[in-house]
Amino acid sequence: MEEVLNALARALSFGTPLLMACLGALLNERAGVVNLGVEGMMALGALAGFAVAFGSGVGDGSLWLAVLAAMLVGALAALVHAFVTITLQANQFVAGLSLTMLGLGAAGLLGKRFEGQPLFNQPPEWPFTLGAIALALLLGFILYGTRLGLTLRSVGENPAAADLLGLDVVGVRYAAVAAGGALAGLAGAYLSLVYRPSWTDGMTAGLGWIAVALVIFVGWSPLRAIFGAVFFGLLYYLQFRLQGQSAIPSEVFASLPYLLVILVLALSGLRGQQGNAPEALGKPYRRGER
Amino acid sequence: MPLLQLKHITKRFPGVLANDRVSLEVFPGEVLALLGENGAGKSTLVSILYGLYRPDEGEILLEGQPVRIASPGDALKAGIGLVPQHPTLVSRHTVAENLALGIGTPLLPAQRIAPLIERVAQGFGLQIDPKAPVYTLSPGEKQRVEIVRALLRGARVLILDEPTSVLTPQEAEALFRVMRELRAAGKSLIFISHKLEEVLAIADRCVVLRRGQVVGHLPRAEASQARLAELMVGRSVSFARKRGAPRIGEVLLQVRDLSARSSRDLLALKGVSFELRSGEVLGIAGVAGNGQSELVEVLSGLRTIEQGTVQLAGAPLPSDPARVFARGVAHIPEDRIRMGTVPSMSVAENLALRSFDRPPLSRGFVLRPAAWLAQAQAQVQAYAVATPSLHTPTRLLSGGNIQKVILARELAGRPRLILAVHPTYGLDIGATEQVHRVLLEKTDQGAAVLLVSEDLEELLSLSDRIGVLYQGRLLGPYPVEAVSRERLGLLMTGGLA
Amino acid sequence: MRLEPLVNPPRFRVLWVTLGALGVAFVLVGGLFAAYGLNPLEAYRAMLQGTLLDAKGWQEVLRRSIPLLLIGAGLTLAFRTQFFNIGAEGQLLLGAVWAAGVALFLPLPPALSLPAMLLAGALGGALWCLVAAWLRGRLNVNEILTTLMLNYVAQSLVIFLINGPWKGRDARGYIYSDRFAEYQQLAVLPGTNVHWPTLLLGVLLALVLQWVLSRTTLGFRMRVVGENPGAARYLGISGVRVGFWIALITGGLAGLAGVGEIAGIHHRLIEPGQLSSGYGFTAIIVAWLARGHPALVLLTAPLMGLILAGGDLLKVSLNMPFRIVDVFSGVMLLCLIGSEILVQNRIRWGR
Repeated sequence: MEEVLNALARALSFGTPLLMACLGALLNERAGVVNLGVEGMMALGALAGFAVAFGSGVGDGSLWLAVLAAMLVGALAALVHAFVTITLQANQFVAGLSLTMLGLGAAGLLGKRFEGQPLFNQPPEWPFTLGAIALALLLGFILYGTRLGLTLRSVGENPAAADLLGLDVVGVRYAAVAAGGALAGLAGAYLSLVYRPSWTDGMTAGLGWIAVALVIFVGWSPLRAIFGAVFFGLLYYLQFRLQGQSAIPSEVFASLPYLLVILVLALSGLRGQQGNAPEALGKPYRRGER
Repeated sequence: MPLLQLKHITKRFPGVLANDRVSLEVFPGEVLALLGENGAGKSTLVSILYGLYRPDEGEILLEGQPVRIASPGDALKAGIGLVPQHPTLVSRHTVAENLALGIGTPLLPAQRIAPLIERVAQGFGLQIDPKAPVYTLSPGEKQRVEIVRALLRGARVLILDEPTSVLTPQEAEALFRVMRELRAAGKSLIFISHKLEEVLAIADRCVVLRRGQVVGHLPRAEASQARLAELMVGRSVSFARKRGAPRIGEVLLQVRDLSARSSRDLLALKGVSFELRSGEVLGIAGVAGNGQSELVEVLSGLRTIEQGTVQLAGAPLPSDPARVFARGVAHIPEDRIRMGTVPSMSVAENLALRSFDRPPLSRGFVLRPAAWLAQAQAQVQAYAVATPSLHTPTRLLSGGNIQKVILARELAGRPRLILAVHPTYGLDIGATEQVHRVLLEKTDQGAAVLLVSEDLEELLSLSDRIGVLYQGRLLGPYPVEAVSRERLGLLMTGGLA
Repeated sequence: MRLEPLVNPPRFRVLWVTLGALGVAFVLVGGLFAAYGLNPLEAYRAMLQGTLLDAKGWQEVLRRSIPLLLIGAGLTLAFRTQFFNIGAEGQLLLGAVWAAGVALFLPLPPALSLPAMLLAGALGGALWCLVAAWLRGRLNVNEILTTLMLNYVAQSLVIFLINGPWKGRDARGYIYSDRFAEYQQLAVLPGTNVHWPTLLLGVLLALVLQWVLSRTTLGFRMRVVGENPGAARYLGISGVRVGFWIALITGGLAGLAGVGEIAGIHHRLIEPGQLSSGYGFTAIIVAWLARGHPALVLLTAPLMGLILAGGDLLKVSLNMPFRIVDVFSGVMLLCLIGSEILVQNRIRWGR
């Protein structure tokens, strides 16, 4: 029993950054914009959070400042994506990919001086975990119970219709992408401030990509995202648990999350999950092309 | 005093003068009909009124005051509502969610607006269910949702853009009743159409546009079909049936008990059976979404058969579009841009889409571009395609010329069966006449034509027999002499089923 | 700000727009140099001086252009067909793995060994890519995510092999395989690391692919599928089958690049990070710059080869992390795709 509870607690802890990043990606995909730059935004957020906490002397007060900085940097990086894909109408998939390259590269470059530096007091994990779950519930309510959510969903489903009603498609999309980036930044900060707490190049370790795949897996539903994140958290926990104890080479475990993403996508494909995608997902909107 | 007034509106696009000093006004409690051919400038004018385009010159006055309409939001604030030709609704949302969009309460917008919807709808005799998802609605129902939307937003001027193009005659009658109610309530209605008898049935005044200019302005009493048509086209037009005496031959296509599923995996065709003989034109009528697309897709090899058989000249139809085409089935698809052509490719390449992998256009797997140009040159001349050059991408051509490219390509190999889907949709009268003439010529040479259209005039003037698809079942086919517009309308809505 | 479509864009507009985008990219990366605490002009000078103005530098640029040429030519074709293969890195590794497998374990007459390695490498890369093509064709799974995930799996596979069953007898604390025999190594230009047979192959294949695209029925099918999938369906051109072809070609070329690296330079299977230094990702930019014309890769591959070589120099001489190359890639790609719209449109300021 204790074993099970412990496993669940670890799964929640592993799943927290996944849930945060997944909710962010879900938010901007609901507005019709795919951002594959989650991994890069997470790296930038992790670095920004760590740098602020490290620079400001690691008091309790500065933790929140650090988290805020991470979210801000995530949002700024996402705005680059927004500008390129919404205003300049570039291919969203390729733009997100380049944002990941840029984010990982810039974080690795600028973070070199923080490599190996310890951050002393580790804050508790549970407020972040609870916060992420609360956020999922809140996002679910916003999407289905408020005018804001209705607008967001409409922009993702049929931007031309929203535009004809005088709604600001471009503004909504920019805001959603920025919010998505802020959540990715938050996920990064959780890694570098709470979970580890330290900075190493490449510490996001593919979590951002898993978050992107998770959005498809949970069918763009914030509530199901909670379970999806816990499920993957559990897999991570098992990976660590089994790694030392079995004859299976550690490389198998190292590639497990990535194989799982493929499996998850294949299963989603098998169930026709793509049918749940917002109608206008990935398509730039240009007035007059309806 | 007029409620809305346009003064000398001019709008230019590169190479086109879309609106040329257009002036008109509409009073409260009146229906103003705006007539014109495709390309006459109606859509541009609507777009300007609704804030999608800004005029290069001229002004818009509302109750005598100049207003600036720079976006759809401005138009809505000014009390101008648009019922667009193609519904702009979010199909996965419910009716209430669609109507709450932009005006709902911050919390629970869809739930709270539902009673209001019912009140407004009942006030004008419109029936809608706020909880129904939009994708389950018929075109007529979607249109009602659009009308309610404009009313909910307090529209005083209602622009109806070709509202009857997707309706059966009975549905159109119902729409006119609603329009009369609205007129009685003091609303101004701008009714855009090119169907003359409808204009005469509902309008108080008619304004005719041609090549961007107002060429006629008639009160109802002075308007007649002949007069309006002459103004629209610039010459007199005949309304006679185009079909001469057909020479009908052997059975070419035999469809027995055919069932097929739609892309949404629903049963879209249920036990359809008919025969089509060479030299014959079979018209297929129906409200959009009753199985027409699926029928054409099955017959062109794009969709698998769930049940039943399709025989072409005594042999089963292959299940691959290229092989179906090779068996002599030409397909003029409903979407010229997304299916019928590759818009980024040149005229010559688009003309070669069907035959690029056969001699003379290629030898083995190597293409022979010189042969492409020779073939394209001949076809462009034969079909009078207006194009700057053979290397021009087809996205730069007009709809009529794109359709001519498709006709030239599809009909090049002397097909035995021609599947023509909305072949004249959106074309001007000249191009429409050419398409009709070409199709009838081919039947004289022994080809059979399956003509799918929502334009009942087109069906009645070309077909030898007409079948109606209603909820995946085929009613008829009936000899053309045995059906009228009204009867077709009833069949299309299940009224006689 | 408004965008206005150009009906007849001038012929050289593409060139100006591309050069402009590259210029903006260099300015932005310069900003990052400054943030890192480096004078940007100084850094660019170091990059240029060590590459173009130096004989050794030229060799380095050329050596790095070889895999970029091979992979880039394939990716150009893939992007043209809307098949976004981001997994060339993994396909390169699989090519190296299959070639190393042949070299280490398949007893062949010496004369056949090298050709067999090249064939096996191409096959290994192609099959790895085919997995993604199959998932996309059958289950509609986004190929960007699968090809990318397969990169990570390929890395683990290489590490597993050289740390486990294929670990070299002389490796001790390090991880790499046994050294290939002399006859299993590709010829190099004397005194350099430039394995010229692969270079020649890359140039030839880029030209062949250009010919395939513009002069064969397969190429025409690829263009129809890439430019209008709806029309392809209507015509009975199978997008799935064309996707398989594309996967075979791009994966195969990436596999060949992998063979070139191990048979031409390292002469054994080594750690993924040292084996490739991100050629699969850099080649995406090579392909994007070529704008759908495989032959243009002959120009764009050396350009990116220069940036990779320059990044190496910064690492050695200024002790900068090699991550700078990722930054270059990311910024250049963002600027390139962002500028695309200016080829067909012009910006109008004001209302």
